[in-house]
Formats: sequence, structure tokens, C-alpha cells
Amino acid sequence: MTGQPEMQADLGLYDYLPWPGRPKITWPGGKKLAVWIAPNIEFYEYDPPDNPTRTPWGRPNPDVLQYSHRDYGNRAGWQRMMAAMDRAGFRGSVSLNVALCDHHPEIIRACADRGWEFFSHGIYNTRYVYNMTIEQEREIIRDAFDTVRNHTGQELAGWLSPALSNNLWTMDILAEAGIQYTCDMFHDDQPMPVKVASGRLISMPYSLEMNDVIVYNSHKVTPRHYGEIIRRQFDQLYRESDDSGMVMCIPLHPYLVGQPHRIDAFAEAIAYIAGHDGVWQATGREIAAAYHASGAYDAMTAAAAAHAGGAR
Amino acid sequence: MPMPDSYLDYPARRYGMDHDRYDWSDMFQRQPIRWPGGARIALSIVTHVQHFPLDMPAKPFKAPGALSMPYPDFRYFTNRDYGNRLGVFRILRLLSDMGLRGSFAINGCIAARYPAVVRAVVEGGHEVVAHGLDMGKVHHSGLTEADEDAIIAQALRLLRAGSGQAVEGWLSPGRAQGFNTPELLARNGVRWCLDWANDDLPYEMRTAQGPLLAMPLAYETDDRVVASEYFHSEPEWVQQVKDRFDVLYRESAEYGGRVMSVPLHSWVSGMPYRVEYLREALGYMLAHDGVWTAPAGEIATAFAGQE
Repeated sequence: MTGQPEMQADLGLYDYLPWPGRPKITWPGGKKLAVWIAPNIEFYEYDPPDNPTRTPWGRPNPDVLQYSHRDYGNRAGWQRMMAAMDRAGFRGSVSLNVALCDHHPEIIRACADRGWEFFSHGIYNTRYVYNMTIEQEREIIRDAFDTVRNHTGQELAGWLSPALSNNLWTMDILAEAGIQYTCDMFHDDQPMPVKVASGRLISMPYSLEMNDVIVYNSHKVTPRHYGEIIRRQFDQLYRESDDSGMVMCIPLHPYLVGQPHRIDAFAEAIAYIAGHDGVWQATGREIAAAYHASGAYDAMTAAAAAHAGGAR
Repeated sequence: MPMPDSYLDYPARRYGMDHDRYDWSDMFQRQPIRWPGGARIALSIVTHVQHFPLDMPAKPFKAPGALSMPYPDFRYFTNRDYGNRLGVFRILRLLSDMGLRGSFAINGCIAARYPAVVRAVVEGGHEVVAHGLDMGKVHHSGLTEADEDAIIAQALRLLRAGSGQAVEGWLSPGRAQGFNTPELLARNGVRWCLDWANDDLPYEMRTAQGPLLAMPLAYETDDRVVASEYFHSEPEWVQQVKDRFDVLYRESAEYGGRVMSVPLHSWVSGMPYRVEYLREALGYMLAHDGVWTAPAGEIATAFAGQE
């Protein structure tokens, strides 16, 4: 094999299905909107190897400023974030660099004691799946299943690729390994079936726009305005969920949202959300289970097939 | 080319950190700190005083604030130099008005180029912190030990001679270090360092040359970061400083003393339109009981004297 694999023009992982006319989604207990919070509890390496597609740090190793900034989340930020979520009654669905089980079992225990879910965000956030063989990537998936099972007793249900690195085959081998939902696609506010070679994989609404790293660092939004953005996203989705259940996700990074100048605006926003009766405070795994149990997976699959087959 | 299988080896995957510089520690489980006079907050004001050489190298990376126009960059060379001519004195005047003492992290070459700056800092009762030699001399692992050691030694020699102070604190240009920087700092008599951004409290680092105290410096509410990386307005910066203080102050009631660090740049907060915003931010914090304003070195000493 020489050179790069040929590029293709479309992911080919889902069928187009316009919002109007979709099958109705109902959530457990007659709730309107499923809200889940996904803290990325991450470990970035001090001296990681290079990957030809992406160099982990902007400066030569060790990039102590960026490394230590990330480390802030595991020394200080996670406690503030967790306290804010406790007060609002939110359990987390942890997007976990699974090596953190080895490095910081204290953090894992605190999450597990609260009934939080762990899903995989790769081994380290400084190891990408770019340029891996399919067998190497399968080994990452096995490692993640084993590590989370050994440390928490949980069977992995969800996946967010490390640093959002992916290969075109990634969804197929996740489904083959028993992963139920992926967080790597941002095309919808409702869970949607993913077309994979085997098994049943759902694309779970995660979010770039609600993700603190994007909001603070890419969009340069102030901490207080982040609170405003979260409320507005919620208000709109909550109204729209009168017709059919939707999903709102708030992806977090404790090294960012857990800073003292940021935590209160976030805490107030999620307390606001929790104050609404129609909110289902769920985890990723619970949303996936309800999606299947209510028949939504099958109904959406059929609707997409019908749309593709000429009913458009 | 596929990745070698060694890409799936993780030699430092083990309990705690993936290096030996310091131990992991949960900031909310530590022995509470008691500041002098029973203060709840140690307020650490650290002003960067910097020289950006016209011919500063781009490799291996430029420190933040670096000249960015084609050579010769009159624009940023002079804009940064404004901080050394007026900005730093504007900040000094404000601190004097408010009766505050703080730290000035000064590039070593400033002591030779502009001794009046160092003199004014010392006469104001402030502390000189070594900020490397100049902003073009970033520390990184591509430097030989001898070259990096020479930069550190020269910066310290210039600042110690120019200030008459012991100069035991360090802040690297761009907060950048190589693998060996902490050893070289300790060997040159540096006792504490502001580079690492992983804590709101001091903590001890290990070096082969003895301990080095890591002192907090709030990266994300740094005046330059907020203005030039986040593009937030001055009122928004003030709000973030106040919000940061409020949370730390609240936490101090339950968890013991906290450090509120305020990183400033003479060429940022020393601008005419900005300095009154700095007064507002500082005034807000000082209106609270139990705020002890001190140079970072005195805070380090108070921390080291705990037990």
C-alpha cells in the first residue's frame, strides 16, 4: 500500500431526513427534552509521541504551559464542576481518556459514586487514531472496554474519538465491538441511526456549539455569556420538544469551565435547566436505551429509507 | 505510512502524573492554608515588563506578544516598548496610590537597557522577579544545558545587580520551559516559579537540584490573554477578575487561604484607557475583609512556613 487512502466526498454514514414529518420521539415519564452533560475528563501527556497528521502540542515537548493548563482540570477544576452538577441534580456522562483510570482513580471513584456513566474518549487526548491500521484502532477500543470495566464495572456504551480524530472505518468497528452511541457527529438535535456494517449504532447529539472549549477558545465568548448561550439553547429546544422529544448536550472540560471566573455562570445556567418539569436529566446510555425501547430507532430507520426511496 | 505499534505503548501510564516533577493532589483535600493576619486571600499582582528584540527568532516558537509584522517591525517593537517608557510607570503610580506592593517580572536585559525601570520598581517597595533574558530567548528542550544555563544565569545576574534584591522568583518568557529548566533554575538560586498553570495554590515541585515552589499565576484572566487572545473588552476583563475573586473568596471560608493572582503587562494594563479599569478591579477586591496584598515571594515564604 502506498500513500494516503483515496478521499471520498461524503461520510456516507447517515441518510438525509428533514426535520418536518419525522416519527415522534417520546422520552420516559412523558418528559419533553433529554438533557445530558458530558464532562471530558482528560489526560494529556507530558511527552507524547508525534503523529504525522497532528502534533499534540504547539511547542516542543514539554509544552509546560498547555500541559499544566490541562492538568488544572484534574487538580482543581473537576471539583468545582462536580459540585455545580450535584447542586443541579445532574449526573455526568464522562467522556473519558481511559488512562485516567490509572493516573487518577480518585476522580474516577468520585464520578462512579455518583452514578455517573463513563464513555470512551480514547486512551489519552494526545494519541490520535490518524494513520492507525484498523487492527491498531480495534486494539484501542479493546483497551477502552477493558480499562473501564476493570476500574468501574461498567460496560462501555458510548464513544467520542480522542481529540475527535476518526478514520472512515471507525464507526463500523465501534458498532462491531458493541458501542451503542457515537458523539462524533453534529448533524442533528435528535439521536439518529448510523449506517454501519454490523450492529446498531446511534449518533447521539453532542454539540460543538455548547462545548466549552469551542465557546471559550474558538468563539471567544465570555464566561457570563456562556451561561446565556446555554439558557437560550435550552429554551428553544424545550419549546420545540412539545412536538417530539429532542436532546440537548453540554460538553465540558473541567480545566476550562472549572476555573473560578467561569464556574458560577455555568452553575446558574444548569440550575435554571433543572428547574423545568419537562426536563429529563439523563445519561447518554439512558437516552440510547430509551431511543431503542420506544421504537424510535426502527421508526427513524424506516422513515429515512422511505425518504431516500422516493417519498421526498 | 501506518503508525508503528509502539504508538500504542504508554510507558508512563501509571498512578499519579506521567512525570516526576510533582505529585497529583486534589486542591480541595489539602491542609487549609493560613495566611498572615488570618487573611482569606493573598492577592498577588504580577506585572510583566518585557523587551521584544527587533530580530527575535521565530523558531522554535515565538513567545506571546511577539513581533509579527515583516522585519523591521516598527509597529510592535515600539508598542511593546511603550510599556517600558510609560506603561510600567503608570501601573507603579496606581499601586502607589492604592498603597499596594506587588511583583514585577522583568526581562533581565531591561536591567541593562533601562535601569530606571528596575530602580523605580525597587523604590516603590516592590519585588523583582526574573522573567528570562528577553522575549526572544524562549526556553525549550532544543537548547543545550550550557546555553540555557547561561541565559538563566545572565538574567539573574543583571536583575540581582540592578535591584539589590535576592531575586529568587522566576517567570519564563511565554511561560515556556524545557525538560531541564526547573533543575537549572534551582541550581541558580531560584526558589519559586510562576510558569505552571495547574493550580490556584502554591505546591512543591521536585528537581534534581532540590525543591522548587510552583506559584499560581492565573493564565486565563491575564490582561494580555483576555485582550489579545479572547478579544474581550476591558469591562469584560474586570468582570472576570471580580468573578474569579468572588469564587476564591467564597472557597476560602471552607477550604483555607487562597491565592488570587492578577497577571498584568506594562504594555497592556499600562495603557491610558486601561489603567482605571485596573483600579476598579483592584478596588473591588480590596473592599473585602481579609485580603492580604503581597509580592509573590512573600506569599511563597508564608506558604513554605505553614506546617
